Amino acid sequence: MDYYDPKDLKRFSEIGKFSEELMKKFFDYYNAAMGEDGALTRREKALIALAVSHAKKCPYCIDAYTTQCLETGADPEQMTEAVHVAASLEAGITLIHGIQMHNVLERNGAL
Amino acid sequence: MTQIRALRAKDGAEFSEDEKKYDFYKKLRDNKLELLPTEIDTLQVNLTKLCNQACVHCHVDASPKRTEQMDRESIDRCLEILRDNEPIGTLDITGGAPELDTHFDYFVTEAVKLGKHVMVRHNLTVTIDGNPVTGERKEYLPGFYAEHGVEVVSSLPYYQEYFTDKQRGKGVFEKSIKSIRLLNAEGYGKMDTGLELNFVYNPVGAFLPAGQESLEADFKRELNKKHGIVFNRLYTITNMPINRFRQQLEKLGAYDDYMTKLVNAFNPAAAEGVMCRSIISVGHDGRLFDCDFNQMLDIEISEGDYPSTIFDFDYEKLRNRGIKFGSHCFGCTAGAGSSCGGETA
Repeated sequence: MDYYDPKDLKRFSEIGKFSEELMKKFFDYYNAAMGEDGALTRREKALIALAVSHAKKCPYCIDAYTTQCLETGADPEQMTEAVHVAASLEAGITLIHGIQMHNVLERNGAL
Repeated sequence: MTQIRALRAKDGAEFSEDEKKYDFYKKLRDNKLELLPTEIDTLQVNLTKLCNQACVHCHVDASPKRTEQMDRESIDRCLEILRDNEPIGTLDITGGAPELDTHFDYFVTEAVKLGKHVMVRHNLTVTIDGNPVTGERKEYLPGFYAEHGVEVVSSLPYYQEYFTDKQRGKGVFEKSIKSIRLLNAEGYGKMDTGLELNFVYNPVGAFLPAGQESLEADFKRELNKKHGIVFNRLYTITNMPINRFRQQLEKLGAYDDYMTKLVNAFNPAAAEGVMCRSIISVGHDGRLFDCDFNQMLDIEISEGDYPSTIFDFDYEKLRNRGIKFGSHCFGCTAGAGSSCGGETA
């Protein structure tokens, strides 16, 4: 059995089986945030979502938001750049923790 | 024939697996929609299946290997229909590359003389490539179009090379840009010239088109910035799950997913605006169809005491026919809708 089955994406709403009301609240919130142009266009939101999908390493989301990027008019160049944004943030987040390492080195008299 | 009669005839017919699974008639009934013809304002003539390109999404299966084209007698009959039926104000010429039909120039010239609005679905590259069979040159086309005030409607899947060449073949983007520059030089796409240059966007794969308005803004900005090109409108069209594009979907194992996407995106408002309500489609052999897609699937216009070719064309009878639908019609009713003029909702 695969932990990640592409067919599971279509079964998303089943999570509401034991808490329908909470799931409805989630979908209402999700649709309000993602479904329409606002201060950001749907394309910009889809590109952000694609970047987050990669940062969180969610195959369901990568599947869904790659398609959503295409259906809102983004191209592979823009999508690849969004992935680089996620990757550079991840690298930066790792590197900034190097200061923690310096702090500990200092505390131990090694810096 | 009313829609109800057409539905009954359809109900009595044998359904293919696809028609059972993706039942367009049922969807219309569920939404209490009856799509009858309105005024027929456009005669859309598919002159030839010959084309200098062989695009992966082409619903006509057009290519340099095809030979079918309309003869002079049929073209003269189309001109008579245009002359005798005042409500049909527009002649929409398509193909293949319609310019490769031997009688294309004559057809355009005579239709313009009749005072009709003539639009040509021009693939841009034929101007550069010429006739792939005879080698005849076609560089005169931009000037010919301008001289006759033809509205030019051209496929350009994207404002970048990658998507365009993936769908339409290597080198197509570069040749298209060259051809658009020639059209712009004639005044096409420019303010106050009255020469309309419109582009058509098809998704490069198994997904729905983006919103027409936002994509048009992107095309205008990017094409102008990078290539100094101008145009009037962008029409977004959904890929029809038939012929070559269907084969592509099946190869990807994506046919059912794509159909499900189209069915789930059914939009009653888009359905109200489908183009088959206001056009009659004519094949190269003179047969009549409800639309170019039905033509390619060989779904002939209503049976019985209704005209079936240009030689027994009768406006009033056609105006009162029932339109034939199939599972592919979900392609025209998904999302914001799709037609030869772009979104319908």
